[in-house]
Amino acid sequence: MSKPRVKLPESAKVGEVIEVKTLISHVMETGQRKDPEGKTIPRNIINMFTATFAGVEVFKAELQPGISANPYLSFFMKVPGPGEFEFAWVEDGGKKTVEKLKLNVV
Amino acid sequence: MRPTVHSKRPSRREFAIGTAAALSVAALPLSAVLAQDQTQAWELAVRKILGEAKPIDGKITVELPEIAENGNTVPFSISVDSPMTDKDHVKAIHIVATSNPQPGVATFRLSPQSGKAAVASRMRLQRTQDVITIAELSDGRFLMARRPVKVTIGGCGG
Repeated sequence: MSKPRVKLPESAKVGEVIEVKTLISHVMETGQRKDPEGKTIPRNIINMFTATFAGVEVFKAELQPGISANPYLSFFMKVPGPGEFEFAWVEDGGKKTVEKLKLNVV
Repeated sequence: MRPTVHSKRPSRREFAIGTAAALSVAALPLSAVLAQDQTQAWELAVRKILGEAKPIDGKITVELPEIAENGNTVPFSISVDSPMTDKDHVKAIHIVATSNPQPGVATFRLSPQSGKAAVASRMRLQRTQDVITIAELSDGRFLMARRPVKVTIGGCGG
């Protein structure tokens, strides 16, 4: 997995509802495809994404092979106060990619 | 000498009618079985989400293209009309694609902290089919919406 991309508003007020957009490069191999020799290519997807803000989980996505390659996610959060986001993408087999980003609360 | 016709043996005509009736009777369960085979996977996926609950229509806005040219990446966004308070909020949004090899697409878990019950992503659709969206509410109720999507080139690498 490559470095993920996260888009937050430049600044936010306490109580404001903000949109969070994330994107990560990943093949999201479904387990349905076959290689040129006819062997099934094993499934390899990001099966879970979580967003935590100031230590509290604010969003979770349980993903299946029906989600497209390079999964894009958009969701919302009501800003409880200043804090830092921690985003985690978990692959089949447990490999985890974590990205941290501070929200500029004014 | 010809016996008087009191035998149980049916005439050709009766036999033909009887056979047709028997065939149509047999055809019913067969078609039911076939239909079940085709729909079972997504129905099971929906049942797993709903349990015994009866979903209610409405309050869900699903944005999906009417015609998806590329089934590998079909953008969607879902929003549910909800105040997102502690007492009344959307706990989860589930997506089921009725004709995908694996019908379950994703489950998004929300909370009052979400502020707004809206998510967006991109999905794979193997062929033209209905996409079902189910919103699970904090009071135990479910909202359901069903949308057909025409797929020009299928996804899933099928």
